[in-house]
Amino acid sequence: MQIKKHLRSIVVIAALAVVPGAALAAGGKAEHPKHVHWHFAGPFGQFDKEAVQRGFQVYKTVCASCHGLELVSYRNLGQKGGPFHLDECPAGIPDTVDCSNPNDNPVVKAIAAEYQVEDGPDDSGDMFRRPALPSDRLPNPYPNEQIARLANNGALPPDLSLITKARHGGANYIYSLLVGYEDAPDTVNVAVGQYYNPYFPGDMAPNIKEEFLGEDGYPVEGVKVPLGGVLAMAPPLSDGMVDYEYDDVPETVDQYAKDVTEFLAWAAEPKMEARKALGVMSMAYLLILCGLIYWSYRAVWSDQKH
Amino acid sequence: MSASNDASSEEPTRRDFIHIMTVSAVGAGAVATVWPMVSQMNPDASVRALSTKEVDLSSVSVGQAIKVMWQGKPVFIRRRTPEEISDAEATAIAELKDTNARSGNVGAAAEATDAARVTDSLGVARPEWLILVGVCTHLGCIPLGTSAGENRGEYNGWFCPCHGSHYDVSGRIRKGPAPDNLPIPPFQFISDTVVKIG
Amino acid sequence: MSHQSTYNPGTGIEKWLDKRLPIIRLGHDSFIDFPTPKNLNYWWTFGGILTVCLVIQIITGVILAMHYTPHEDYAFASVEHIMRDVNYGWLMRYVHLNGAALFFFAVYLHMFRGIYYGSYKEPREVLWMLGVVIFILMMATAFMGYVLPWGQMSYWAATVITNLFSAIPWVGEPIKTLLIGGFSVDNPTLNRFFSLHYLLPFAIFGVVVLHVWALHVPGNNNPTGVEVKDVKKDTVPFHPYYTTKDGFAIVVFLTLFAAFVFFNPNGMGHPDNYIPANPLVTPPSIVPEWYFLPFYAILRAITFDVLFIPAKLGGVIAMFASILVLFLLPWLDTSKVRSMRYRPVARGWFFLFVIACIALGWLGGKPAEGAYVLAAQIATAYYFGYFLIIMPLLGVLEKPKPLPKSIAESVLKKDAPAAASAGDAQPVPAE
Repeated sequence: MQIKKHLRSIVVIAALAVVPGAALAAGGKAEHPKHVHWHFAGPFGQFDKEAVQRGFQVYKTVCASCHGLELVSYRNLGQKGGPFHLDECPAGIPDTVDCSNPNDNPVVKAIAAEYQVEDGPDDSGDMFRRPALPSDRLPNPYPNEQIARLANNGALPPDLSLITKARHGGANYIYSLLVGYEDAPDTVNVAVGQYYNPYFPGDMAPNIKEEFLGEDGYPVEGVKVPLGGVLAMAPPLSDGMVDYEYDDVPETVDQYAKDVTEFLAWAAEPKMEARKALGVMSMAYLLILCGLIYWSYRAVWSDQKH
Repeated sequence: MSASNDASSEEPTRRDFIHIMTVSAVGAGAVATVWPMVSQMNPDASVRALSTKEVDLSSVSVGQAIKVMWQGKPVFIRRRTPEEISDAEATAIAELKDTNARSGNVGAAAEATDAARVTDSLGVARPEWLILVGVCTHLGCIPLGTSAGENRGEYNGWFCPCHGSHYDVSGRIRKGPAPDNLPIPPFQFISDTVVKIG
Repeated sequence: MSHQSTYNPGTGIEKWLDKRLPIIRLGHDSFIDFPTPKNLNYWWTFGGILTVCLVIQIITGVILAMHYTPHEDYAFASVEHIMRDVNYGWLMRYVHLNGAALFFFAVYLHMFRGIYYGSYKEPREVLWMLGVVIFILMMATAFMGYVLPWGQMSYWAATVITNLFSAIPWVGEPIKTLLIGGFSVDNPTLNRFFSLHYLLPFAIFGVVVLHVWALHVPGNNNPTGVEVKDVKKDTVPFHPYYTTKDGFAIVVFLTLFAAFVFFNPNGMGHPDNYIPANPLVTPPSIVPEWYFLPFYAILRAITFDVLFIPAKLGGVIAMFASILVLFLLPWLDTSKVRSMRYRPVARGWFFLFVIACIALGWLGGKPAEGAYVLAAQIATAYYFGYFLIIMPLLGVLEKPKPLPKSIAESVLKKDAPAAASAGDAQPVPAE
């Protein structure tokens, strides 16, 4: 009897807590990211090395002009699990070189040498520029935040090293944002240098055109505040803008977005493959130990009534 | 009777087996867990990335020497003149205090000939280039003699100001308290002007 | 110790040492031959689990400190250095990160266990209060540890929490300035938080020793709440009976732990903490880690002035009171019966309390607006009402069920159909 009475009050409290939540949740602010089936998803997922390589190419050709990748060094590209890791040297390199060492990886060295980094001061006290080495970090496109803002209409392009871990929705969000640009609905104003994207977390309410606002300042009947927001990044990708050396891979915005997201996911979590591999072993060990120790425990207690 | 006796005498062994299995599994797990905790103290990837260094020698003129940092230690690179080379080559092993080449490039037992001291890890000797770790083998001071105008000691090589050790133009100890020749780092020429140290 | 020592030094060395420092005797009597009620269920394994958690946190923490730099310009990068470059650094950091969350998960279950079975009642009041001290130290340690990566959430959590102190009249602002060592959260704050974050776990360890000592004086409570009457019939030696049982529970717990660390290491975290701290930009919503959410909800539930107390101060008082009230629990509960197994009415209110805590946790993660605030206020009222009104009254009004005469009797009766366990919502031990 007592229990039932309490159950009723429990249900009431629970309902009190849940109902307003459901009501508020309807006012979400951005479109839910599209769900992509990534190679790296799931407990056994690994990065698709070729996709990461292509993604690096997209980053280098397109994103790098505004976005830094300051936590990544060239050597990371050639480390175990990295897109340009080599187990054996290509022909023509002396036996004494260990190409699995990212510092001696010829692909990584060639990529690094394309960049100039500042070093110094030299003996005469001047800073100088030299070709990058595998141990150098990828250079920032801007020397400081102020210049970056000046060049981008006051907006600061975020560093991309951790971007897939630093946004709700992760890789799905990055992909959705890249492919999700569309024309803004007629009901909203979008300022010059701003671009509408339904996946960008923002609030479009202040952008509603005045003719659609009632006297109370709220949109009139039938006008909805569109999902998403405006951002200062123009749609960065267009079909055919990056030449892939693989013929069978389409050169489309969708493919570019997938590849660059795969690359950024690797850049954010370069040790993911090692983590999952160790995880599978650890779980197997722990499950076996669970069984063994339970068996032991039952054996110990078998002489006790308890 | 005998059946129940058998059962009771067998029972403990089966149980012991379970416990031995469990305890060994726990032990193995504990040992495996210790490994990453110890391994994390080893040099990390950013440190290992600096374990080798490529040096461009194209701007070093004959008779000049430069100092580069490698693994946190100074490395002296001297482009020797023909006279210095012939001096170094003419020195008899018997005159030396330390007769070991002190170079991993030629093996632990090699004699301290000048040719051995200038051989790289590919086995190629370039007498013009002398590359050595610039840390005095006595107590770890940095010998003088690399930059122009510094005291090069009585044997025209390097002079350690701390306790007065004199090294010759092949980096071999000739006089003073230091016991060993200046060590030769692992190095190899990857082109005529670029040497990789380490 | 309440029982006769059974330690029998075997070798000459043991005899020699026993006369000088009876440490083996202490260990033997505390963890080998300690008479433990034979009817403890799995909820009693959390003591051992928590010890494992503390040891894991201290070891991984010491390791992380070898690679971490407590400076505003380098802290974020040094954490990423650990994640990317240090050998197994990612493992150490993910274990430490998820270990903190699971530590709290286990401590909450441990506390609910204590409340359900009346483990705080005479003669275990000091044991319980030491536990509350550990809990408070844990919260301080976890909060300061959360600041160390110097991400956006770190920075703003530090700002919001230290601002709580400014609500105290007159001395609030000076206290806040003293705590953060500046006019806003900055490098001095980070440095002192690092120092204290390293120090406090060892303080926790010390209090844990006292906690175990205080446990071993009266001995364990048990699911019946009936004290041990006959050591022979009611108890079993701790080893091997509870070493194996606790060991099994610990391995199950570690399996859950490993699942988080290896397959969803950031699942309990917030993405904003992977953005470096920026004093000019506040994240859209500042939420603490999940284990602080109930208290955060209580803090934000007080949106009204009470007499001369402004809402901001009221929230701070309510939040601290919600923790400090636990110290009074042994005296707020007036019932003569320990275990709620024999208190059906109290049991209903208890489960409502658990639901209120979970609801507060959920509400703490929601924006403080509209119906959420109202729901948080109701749950907060129930939280305090449970301790301050329901518990004292129940002890007087409720008529408990008859208690078993002894632990042994309750164990023997368990199989009988007449046993009182019908409708008993307490977890059924697997054995």
